Amino acid sequence: MELLDPTSELQPEGRQPLPRLNHLAGKTIGLLDISKPRGDVFIDRIEDLLLQHGAKTKRFKKPTFTRVAPDALRQEIAGSCDAVLEALAD
Amino acid sequence: MTELRLVMKQGCETCLMIEPLVAEIAEAHNLEVICQDSPDFPADVPVIFDKSLEQSFKLDIEIVPTLIVMRDGEESSRIFGWDKTAWSAMLGLEFGTNLPEFRPGCGSMTHDPGRQAQLAALFAPERLSSRRLTFDHSDELEIGYDLGWSDGLPVVPPTPERVMRMLEGTHREPGEVIGRVPPDYAVCTVEKIAINAVLAGCLPEYLPVVITAVEAVLEDQFCMHGLLATTYFSGPLLIVNGPVSRSIGMNSGGNALGQGNRANATIGRALQLLIRNVGGGKPGGVDRAALGNPGKYTFCFAEDEVNSCWESLAVERGFSKETSTVTVFAADGMQGLVDQKSRTPESLGRSMASGLRVIGHPKMVMGSDAFLVVSPEHERVFREAGWSKQDLKSFLLDLLMIPGEELIQGADGIAEGVPVGLSNKTLCKFRPEGLNIVRAGGRAGLFSAIIAGWGASGSMGSVPVTREIVLG
Repeated sequence: MELLDPTSELQPEGRQPLPRLNHLAGKTIGLLDISKPRGDVFIDRIEDLLLQHGAKTKRFKKPTFTRVAPDALRQEIAGSCDAVLEALAD
Repeated sequence: MTELRLVMKQGCETCLMIEPLVAEIAEAHNLEVICQDSPDFPADVPVIFDKSLEQSFKLDIEIVPTLIVMRDGEESSRIFGWDKTAWSAMLGLEFGTNLPEFRPGCGSMTHDPGRQAQLAALFAPERLSSRRLTFDHSDELEIGYDLGWSDGLPVVPPTPERVMRMLEGTHREPGEVIGRVPPDYAVCTVEKIAINAVLAGCLPEYLPVVITAVEAVLEDQFCMHGLLATTYFSGPLLIVNGPVSRSIGMNSGGNALGQGNRANATIGRALQLLIRNVGGGKPGGVDRAALGNPGKYTFCFAEDEVNSCWESLAVERGFSKETSTVTVFAADGMQGLVDQKSRTPESLGRSMASGLRVIGHPKMVMGSDAFLVVSPEHERVFREAGWSKQDLKSFLLDLLMIPGEELIQGADGIAEGVPVGLSNKTLCKFRPEGLNIVRAGGRAGLFSAIIAGWGASGSMGSVPVTREIVLG
């Protein structure tokens, strides 16, 4: 029996994650709030901890949690941060 | 060099009538005779017996007899049926007066019911570009489960023939790109929609509705990605309006929200399967629903606009009554609304407002949209009082202006609620445009239904989208 494939037939390339940071001192960590309620509470606490470890932080916010982050925002984070933490909250 | 091809079948009276002429034509011309149903017809000339119908299909024969003139290997003209003047002119021959001037031919066997799809699958496989998967000794109904194509129910195996037949439901090219389907944002063609429509059990005449539904959910304002990914209950609901809903036999009457109607069941399912298979949106994967709802198998019905005293959803949204449309809505399941005592629109409206007040949470405001599905017996109360759909909507929205003190966090001993700072405000349950009313259901039963929507409505989430169904 011959059948036609109903899927997208995508074959994603395997990608290696970037190496983990060895230390936080002097690194710039992006903090991305996805715009869920109380996301700021969570990120404020994470930011305190990062600053205690000598990291610098940059805050970002998605326009709405229901949509993927705009390309420009993702590029800005990738271009200006050594790592990013995304805050899912409710 | 000129060459003639004559396609005939013995079962055609017109072909039988011209049989005696064929040998004469063959003497005067370089003639190739192709017969669909016999190796020996017509008599006295060599015949190519087109038992598989490959030749007839590739020559795109619709009528027999068909006489084709070929020049240097290319077709230059053709005649269908018997037209004495045209045949004489084309062949340079005189035909006897015993023959009529004109006699129509018969249908080619390539156009017998179901045959075109079968022949296209065999002799025009290049029309389809999806990957072909071959299985030996498999239970065909298990393949969909094994490969992850199923929503949990059996799927119809998408053979090339079935997909070809499905594509007969549209004139759009199989390779036409409709959009990118989240969450993988994979390219979606008409062909991929047709394959998933086969899986779902659709008939070809449903395909334009399914294609339109896909186009609608891919509009940015519908926010299909977030709807798929959310932990909330919701999934896409399809409401069909206009003549198409009736011509394909959709149910807008008794049990409209339930089981038992092929079009309702399979159109909604086709959309869900497409999101799963082309978009890659699967429960436990990007679909993070905490509970989901049964409508995520399929949720599709037609509005009963023929018997309604109200203008339809499509007309409210700017389309004419003659236009067929699909409206997509990010919907939860439905909750019943029972009122068997009210005989005035005010009383029944208050019942409806009470039911609408509690969707999501009694304190949730400006979150979910909702569709109120009003059954005929409930509609009659408004009809007899002369209330339009807009009158009812305005009445409900007035009743759904809620004092903030009832909604704030902590009110009624419930932590959930709006910020305390809003206690002096009056807030509407719904955002503007967030409450919609349609009519559907069986003639008996003083019930209506509330279909609540995703907690993220409006510009922060999803708004209902209506699109015209382009037939053909």
